[in-house]
Amino acid sequence: MELAVDILVGMMLAATPLLFAALGELVAERAGVLNLGVEGMMVVGAVTGFIVTAESGSHFAGIALAAFAGTLMGLLFGLMTQILLANQVATGLALTIFGLGLSALMGQGYSGLSVPPLEAIRLPVLSELPVLGPLLFHHEPMFYLSILLTALVAWFLYATRAGMILRAVGENHHAAHAIGFPVVRVRLAAVAFGGAMAGLGGAYLSVARTPLWSEDMTAGRGWIALAIVVFASWRPGRALLGAYLFGGVTIVQLHVQGAGVDIASQYLSMLPYLATIVVLVLISGGRGAAVLRAPGSLGRTFYASS
Amino acid sequence: MFKRIGAPLLAAAMAASFAFAATAAEKLKIGFVYCCPVGDLGWSYEHDQGRKAIEEALGDKVETTYVEGVADGPDAERVIRQLAQGGNDLIFTTSFGFMNPTVKVAKRFPDTMFEHATGFKQAENLATYSARFYEGRHVIGLIAGEMTESNIVGYIASFPIPEVVRGINAAYLAAKSVNPDIQFKVVWVNTWFDPGKEADAAKALIDQGADILMQHTDSPAAMKIAEQNGIYAFGQASDMTRFGPNAQLTAIIDDWAPYYIERVKAALDGAWEAKDTWGGIGSGMVAFAPYNDAMPGDVKALADKARAEIAAGERHPFTGPIRRQDGSVWLAEGETASDADLLGMNFYVEGLEGSLPK
Repeated sequence: MELAVDILVGMMLAATPLLFAALGELVAERAGVLNLGVEGMMVVGAVTGFIVTAESGSHFAGIALAAFAGTLMGLLFGLMTQILLANQVATGLALTIFGLGLSALMGQGYSGLSVPPLEAIRLPVLSELPVLGPLLFHHEPMFYLSILLTALVAWFLYATRAGMILRAVGENHHAAHAIGFPVVRVRLAAVAFGGAMAGLGGAYLSVARTPLWSEDMTAGRGWIALAIVVFASWRPGRALLGAYLFGGVTIVQLHVQGAGVDIASQYLSMLPYLATIVVLVLISGGRGAAVLRAPGSLGRTFYASS
Repeated sequence: MFKRIGAPLLAAAMAASFAFAATAAEKLKIGFVYCCPVGDLGWSYEHDQGRKAIEEALGDKVETTYVEGVADGPDAERVIRQLAQGGNDLIFTTSFGFMNPTVKVAKRFPDTMFEHATGFKQAENLATYSARFYEGRHVIGLIAGEMTESNIVGYIASFPIPEVVRGINAAYLAAKSVNPDIQFKVVWVNTWFDPGKEADAAKALIDQGADILMQHTDSPAAMKIAEQNGIYAFGQASDMTRFGPNAQLTAIIDDWAPYYIERVKAALDGAWEAKDTWGGIGSGMVAFAPYNDAMPGDVKALADKARAEIAAGERHPFTGPIRRQDGSVWLAEGETASDADLLGMNFYVEGLEGSLPK
């Protein structure tokens, strides 16, 4: 029982950075923008969060500026694709490569340093509960932030006028433009939000999970976040589920090895990626296609002809 | 004195810097190629400490350069060739994965001296060197066997190559010799350096009952997790005290400085020759961080005795009787393993659980 709780807690820790990044990309894609630069925005967030925390001693400042750095990266992408009308796929890939290089440059001289980890919040009484205590009421603040943001994004998308406009812009940008919605501005805001969230995901790794900086420390998590958005069929609640599933597979494979189960570790390391492919295949064919429901204008360049 | 060059900007920067440096006086130019950032505080960091020691010891007779974060394969070959073309007289390549690229480039530049760490292929102008880390693993195995209360040691392993397997076996045999109930849980992460994954592995091992962690990966992530969870761990490659002031029992330190200085002196005197060096505790290549104050005196004495005996050649970590995991006899009573056996080790010894990834 205790081990099961430990495994679940491990899954939550592994899922949190994925959830941040996936939620941000989900909003961007709901507005019709496909940004493949999540990995690059995450890694810039990670290095910024670490540097600011190390220099200022404030985790809050580190996390806030990581989100800001991610926003700038998102806006750079927005400038290229929404104003200069560059191809979204190519720009996104370029953003990842740029982010990896930029973060390595910024982080020179910081790799190998260490900051104190973000302290867990121990909720009185609740954290003493037998199973639910360690599971739900004894985590560092970023974990709670990720859950809160999931709820906020869901509320925003489905219960506010601004959310409805954002979805309309993503579904059909010409129609949205025709009835007077500011397509480009909405999309810029959406990619900026996506960048901020990716920055938070990166900062979670460098400030909370393993409080240190090393090059490429996001190690492909941005790509998994992209897969989660598709897995979630663009819905925040399912993104939460997907993040926990994908994070969970990683943790379970480590536990399986530790328990001495006789499966080659390479196969187990492959599982999250295999799961991604299986999910993509499942939801893209036949009846699944209806469930998939990608935003109608996703990835298409908008040019206001009138 | 040296130039710090990021791999991405390598080609342009090298061309410019070496064209410029060619006018300098006749210094021995020495190049280093590192697999990881020197800030990893592990493997590459210690090689760079060795490089700095050369500069300190030999001052203006030498000029050193390094390239960090170089990937195995074609990238490595390009970097090594650039260094050779750039007029470096002696080039150290410091990752197992650089072996074949180094051999290739060494053939093309017969007048340049090459040294490859942890490899086994030599040539007229290519020496190899490594350290007997398994001697250090024997010592930390003894300490772990004495210090564990749960009798479970968690081991974060990188790749199933002989170097790593040897370390697991050496630590396990030593721990078993002082604690018959010891159990090792080995987790393979298939990376040398991914702090997030190393941390996840460390946490998983702790959840499974390990109260001491050993690692054969390069980042201090596991040490951080050990510190946060109030358990013990051993530093890898360098002293990781600042990541785990309470957690670190000791660390195996790769001290390359004496070897590097000796080899550079030989090159300066024209006495350099290609040979294979495999130094251990005796030659100082394998060193230790100070013991944790939490270690009782008798455990410190046990570790010190092992260090002294290994250094004097009176003790060998692989001394029979030792059986392989499948029960077949590997070493008979009193027999010690040959270097060839050690270099090709691809099996677990009896008592270890799980199977070795192929």
